[in-house]
Amino acid sequence: MSIDQGLESELQKQGIYVTTWDRLVNWGRSNSIWPLQFGLACCAIEMIATAASRYDIARFGSEIFRASPRQADLMIVAGTVTKKMAPQVVRLYNQMAEPKYVISMGACATSGGPFHKGYNVLKGIDHYIPVDVYIPGCPPTPQALLEGLMKLQERIKARGFGAAMAEKQGEYPVPAYGPSGLVPRFNPAVWQPPSNETLNWTATVLPQPSTPAPPAPSSA
Amino acid sequence: MISTPQTVETQLLEVNLGPQHPSTHGVFRMQVTLDGETIVKLKPVMGYLHRNHEQIGEGITYVASFPFTDRLDYFCAMSNNLGLALAIEQLGGIQVSERGEYLRVIMAELTRVLNHTAVTGFLLNDMGAFGTPLLYAFREREKILDLFEAASGSRMMCNYIRPGGVREDVPEGWLARARQLVDGYPQFLDEFETLLTKNEILRQRTQGVGVLSKALAINASVTGPLLRASGVDYDLRKVDGYSFYPRFKFRVPLGTVGDVYDRYYVRILEIRESLAILQQALKDIPGGPAISPKGLALVKAPRTFRPPKGEAYGRIEAPKGELGFYLVSDGTPQPYRYHIRAPSFVNLTILEDLCLGHKVADVIVILGSIDIVMGEVDR
Amino acid sequence: MLPPLETLKSELEARVPGLTLTVEGTTLVIPREKLLDVCRWLKDAEPLACDYLADLTAVDYPPDPAGGAGRLDVVYHLYSMSKKHGPVTLKVPLPRANPVVASVTPIWRGAEFQEREAYDLFGVRFEGHPDLRRILLWDEFEGHPMRKDYVVEDQNVLG
Repeated sequence: MSIDQGLESELQKQGIYVTTWDRLVNWGRSNSIWPLQFGLACCAIEMIATAASRYDIARFGSEIFRASPRQADLMIVAGTVTKKMAPQVVRLYNQMAEPKYVISMGACATSGGPFHKGYNVLKGIDHYIPVDVYIPGCPPTPQALLEGLMKLQERIKARGFGAAMAEKQGEYPVPAYGPSGLVPRFNPAVWQPPSNETLNWTATVLPQPSTPAPPAPSSA
Repeated sequence: MISTPQTVETQLLEVNLGPQHPSTHGVFRMQVTLDGETIVKLKPVMGYLHRNHEQIGEGITYVASFPFTDRLDYFCAMSNNLGLALAIEQLGGIQVSERGEYLRVIMAELTRVLNHTAVTGFLLNDMGAFGTPLLYAFREREKILDLFEAASGSRMMCNYIRPGGVREDVPEGWLARARQLVDGYPQFLDEFETLLTKNEILRQRTQGVGVLSKALAINASVTGPLLRASGVDYDLRKVDGYSFYPRFKFRVPLGTVGDVYDRYYVRILEIRESLAILQQALKDIPGGPAISPKGLALVKAPRTFRPPKGEAYGRIEAPKGELGFYLVSDGTPQPYRYHIRAPSFVNLTILEDLCLGHKVADVIVILGSIDIVMGEVDR
Repeated sequence: MLPPLETLKSELEARVPGLTLTVEGTTLVIPREKLLDVCRWLKDAEPLACDYLADLTAVDYPPDPAGGAGRLDVVYHLYSMSKKHGPVTLKVPLPRANPVVASVTPIWRGAEFQEREAYDLFGVRFEGHPDLRRILLWDEFEGHPMRKDYVVEDQNVLG
């Protein structure tokens, strides 16, 4: 239901604001996103610089970077995701409370970056978890990270609050360590190899979700 | 009947610190075995940032490896380049131009100032002084990063130093800005020290914690401020005398006890010595080309640079320790073997020794004082 | 000051019984059985006092089509912190099929992690190492990726 512009401005002059419940709540949600403290590599330093006094991410609402995934809304994957680290990233994403968002910061988290020829580098975190905003750069300057955060804010505002709360993503399957890479190589529900890909990707059957694997016995 | 602690049966608890943890300086994992709060065993697990730097280096030309060296110790990008440049110059017999060498010293010492300031900030952050020293340190860091951005185009991954000199000369007015920064820095350092050095809480948490003996430090190949805090006088700028360091007068601060407090204080003193070097270098810098002719030819046509068959090991005193580059050449434009001796990786050998018998909170402080960067540890 | 390489070679051959070594460029090539004796002498002998192991790594030379047998070299760079001289570079050639050599961790503790890395990436086994297991890659990984004949499964993919 929309309201006449003239009437709206008349009411505003008298201190009465008319809006929808969605817009009000989304305004609150998008301006108080708390990121997870999750820096992997060099981009983490630029993330810390963004949180420092010169660029000050706190004025965008990200006052505190939470150490625990249970208390965070946003996971900024800052840095190269290696195959050894990827299962941990997916586990952390599973532990975050919904609604949750992912920003892939930097070239490495988006697609492997300058290290894409490596045997231990995952060519993009979007192989296993859904990403909302990609920020290019190596490393992206703090201004670029703030622009990415603003795009995420627009994205949050663009979606109805009720729909966002009703959606339950469930647990994403955690990849396992294989003899020469991760098993499976990617999650087909989240990512598909490009159509002109010449490598014969074989996505093996995904492990059953929901119950996390028991912790591995300590070695040595 | 109250049971005394000796009669209570306890179990050892195994806990993972990391890889996602606020204080592990990147993706580093420690498997600790605890008896109550006391550490009984500690096993470091690394490799979460193993980005195959050495394998990539074998497939690209020598000059193309420079951007990757930026990402090794990603906090101190400018000085990493210097190590690789030294190794390539040894391999290919390339001279360095005088102005280029002065610029390299200036960039390396600015990086050392930046690193030691920020590491002190991070150490205090780990101890619980949540924010203030770190934000002060980052405020100063931003000033130095502005200088780096003006000279090389990028705040962090500068990719500026080349064999033979530097990629291009600094713009007009840069030297004056650098002099202004260096002249104003001691005042900030005094302010920083007033808050920290005689601080009761800092002393309680760091004195006597994580003591590293001289003999163990030498045997475990520890280098950098960690070694000097234990009283061993080994600074590559004096020992090897690489670049133009023999021209500058500076002292090497040494610690006595080898605990965390000594490491913190050695770093503060090293910042002061670096500022002395910077003042001398900025005063004496000559004019001339920023890169020697052979270096310029290499930069313009990297694929024509075929060093003779042989090997070279170039090492520098990086802010974290000895950063060494081992190159084996087989006459082609790509190195046959490219190995990086990373200071943080080797310094972690003694982590377990330092932490045994301490509490969990001390482990965080000790790790902060060793000063590791995962890009270097895992390469 | 470090004596010239030829002097060092003759000293070593005199002190360590049954040793003959060759000089390759600026490195001393040591046969693998004599490695521990050579290292102990280099560390303890007074004029040398090589108490600091700076670098330990491996270089892979696969067999070439011309018929040369392959070899895996383990390279050591030694310096002295007390005398402030160096480097003394040692090389130990090993057969690629079974690269086993004694560990120098009992002599220089700093070799601990670097030997684990050489094992992880090249497959060199160090006898006498307190805890020889993979350090940079996960335990279930098979193969030694820094060897020249290792094929990376997804090196040139687009995505």
